[in-house]
Amino acid sequence: MSDRIVLDTAERILADLCPPEAVNDAETGVWPAALWEALEESGLTLAWVREELGGGGAETGDGFGILKAAGAWAVPAPLAETLLAGWLLEQGGLAAPGGPMTVAPVGPADAVALEDGVLSGTARQVPFARQAGHVALLAAGRILLVEREACALAPGTSLAGEARDDIALDGVRPLRSAPAPEGLDRDRLTLVGAAVRAAQMAGALSRLLDQSVQYAQEREQFGRPIGRFQAVQHALAELAGEAAAAEAAADAAGEAVAAGDFGPAGVAAIAAAKARAGEAASKGAAIAHQVHGAMGFTYEHSLHHRTRRLWCWRDEFGNERVWSVRLGRLIAAEGADALWPFVTGSHAA
Amino acid sequence: MTGDRFRFPKVEFGPEERALREEVRDFIREERASGGFTPMADSWGSGWSPEWSRKMGARGWLGMMWPKQYGGGEKPALHRYIVTEEMVSAGAPCAAHWVADRQSGPLLLRYGAEEQRRSILPRIAAGECYFAIGMSEPDSGSDLASVRTTATKVDGGWTINGRKIWSSGAHRSHYMIALVRTSPRDMKARHAGLTQFLIDLKAPGIEIRGIRNIAGERHFNETVFDDAFVPDDMVIGEAGDGWRQVTSELAIERSGPERFLSTFPVLTELVRELGPEPGERDAETVGALAARTMALRRMSLGISRLLDEGEAPEVAAALVKDLGTCFEGELVREARNLLPATAASQSPDLYGKVLADGVLHVPSSTIRGGTNEVLKGIVARELGLR
Repeated sequence: MSDRIVLDTAERILADLCPPEAVNDAETGVWPAALWEALEESGLTLAWVREELGGGGAETGDGFGILKAAGAWAVPAPLAETLLAGWLLEQGGLAAPGGPMTVAPVGPADAVALEDGVLSGTARQVPFARQAGHVALLAAGRILLVEREACALAPGTSLAGEARDDIALDGVRPLRSAPAPEGLDRDRLTLVGAAVRAAQMAGALSRLLDQSVQYAQEREQFGRPIGRFQAVQHALAELAGEAAAAEAAADAAGEAVAAGDFGPAGVAAIAAAKARAGEAASKGAAIAHQVHGAMGFTYEHSLHHRTRRLWCWRDEFGNERVWSVRLGRLIAAEGADALWPFVTGSHAA
Repeated sequence: MTGDRFRFPKVEFGPEERALREEVRDFIREERASGGFTPMADSWGSGWSPEWSRKMGARGWLGMMWPKQYGGGEKPALHRYIVTEEMVSAGAPCAAHWVADRQSGPLLLRYGAEEQRRSILPRIAAGECYFAIGMSEPDSGSDLASVRTTATKVDGGWTINGRKIWSSGAHRSHYMIALVRTSPRDMKARHAGLTQFLIDLKAPGIEIRGIRNIAGERHFNETVFDDAFVPDDMVIGEAGDGWRQVTSELAIERSGPERFLSTFPVLTELVRELGPEPGERDAETVGALAARTMALRRMSLGISRLLDEGEAPEVAAALVKDLGTCFEGELVREARNLLPATAASQSPDLYGKVLADGVLHVPSSTIRGGTNEVLKGIVARELGLR
């Protein structure tokens, strides 16, 4: 599939089948079946799996375009997670099953072991675990595919009302297994996860801007639309800046992943993206809520579809602090005279 | 995505660009080692060094995009971007040629008379001819269209009366490009009746009075025109077309790397002071500042590419300048909070010196070239709010 077609397809499906009602329904436990079916039929869910392994075979960069759209539309299903699971399986040359998937472990402290072909340990706060048919796992230096039903599940919920369940893997035998290629470790999975969340945040912020501008044009106080007031105009200009910065940062991270660059320059791009997009999420959500007034604080208004997801995504796969510290340490280790080359991605090392 | 409103296309560097960057870095490294310059914050605004400008000119790093017949290098905008970002991030003294190379030369190239181009552009490209900006007046700052300086038609030219202010380096510049009223103000057509003039600052009837800034430098000026005669051939473009010309000048003026890197030398020296194994809080601050720099750079580079493609991304440029100049101040605040220094320009250590530069110059970042309030207004208009 080529660039434009992938993104146009995603936009069309999401515009048709991901209205605010579907997002609200999903929070009450209703699976967005029509939406998922359409996404799967168009090959979007497995865009990062090559065709021989049952996937859509899109460019990695296009996958990040899909993720931005998913963030913009607040897709209440594991589209990002299935893409990421597909990426992981693909790294091990494993064929991807159909249906929704998720990835584990996502928490840095989670210990999962594999002995004599049997798993043990618990993966915590696994996104959409209860809706997923399969889990792609990275454990004991291997990439594994596990049937979700084989795992004991303890439900949990994110700030956005999405499933973040603990899954106990004790006694589970993987369906498929392959050694992880050199360099593919928990850290790399976290890096790709961070790039994924950064892209979702960029998409959500972009739509948050549209939504806030539209509200400011429609809502009237003191006899005119509130968007006519300079204070509101400046707040929205700031939101536009945050959204643009998040997108620039997220695009750079997506390109690093697409190029398979996990050296210092790639890590820097991803760390910078998660830190910057997370910062933009905090600032942007606050501005959007302020502009929307009390209305935006109601469940009825759909503003929270994006702001609650932003608050959730900024923390997942490492928050701003985690990634800023990592980037700062990388820079310190290289030294002051390498700082500028490092920022420009043209460092010799 | 945001790209639907503000497009920042990706920029990729080829072998030629990478070679140029290395060449510039080598030059800066050698100059630094031999004492050719000491890094400073706001080096493109305050670091006046004709010697440095001539060195850059000799290497072909000024007027890079202009036709060869005018002393240029016929290079893409990206090449100039590389040179300028390397210079500003290193804190090299580029103030003398900055305005001429960035906006006055391109303006003359686009709207100037052939004679103006032939006589002036090669000297700018050689690093020998400097320009001042003649936009603001004592009563016209953000509201540029309200300028009152007038040009009255006389035989063979124009007589100029009025005052221009905040012209950085006018006392050391050869020319000023001034935005002047050539027809009376019309409240219904505020942008009409304005004309740009190329003014020889040595001409009679012009008095340049220095204004000290808070850093104690004689940086900017008030230029007083008292029946100053300007010949007809010094009109730039069409009489009455000044507003359109000045707006296109601003798109170039607002989008460059100097709009987010002015205080970058503070970060470099901060990293040096913190050493190879900083504490967690120190590392966090450095990382967060670097992350913001990287995002801004990508946006700013995207605008450079749009300029190369012949677009005039005025709104995107305003957005990046707003974000970038705020960041220049944040960088200084975060740095001094981590590592205070005796903020004196004469401080013996480099960190103290660049931090002092930073603290004292940061207030101008969010004013010069359009206040951030004006810039936010431009963005808000694009959003459909005005």
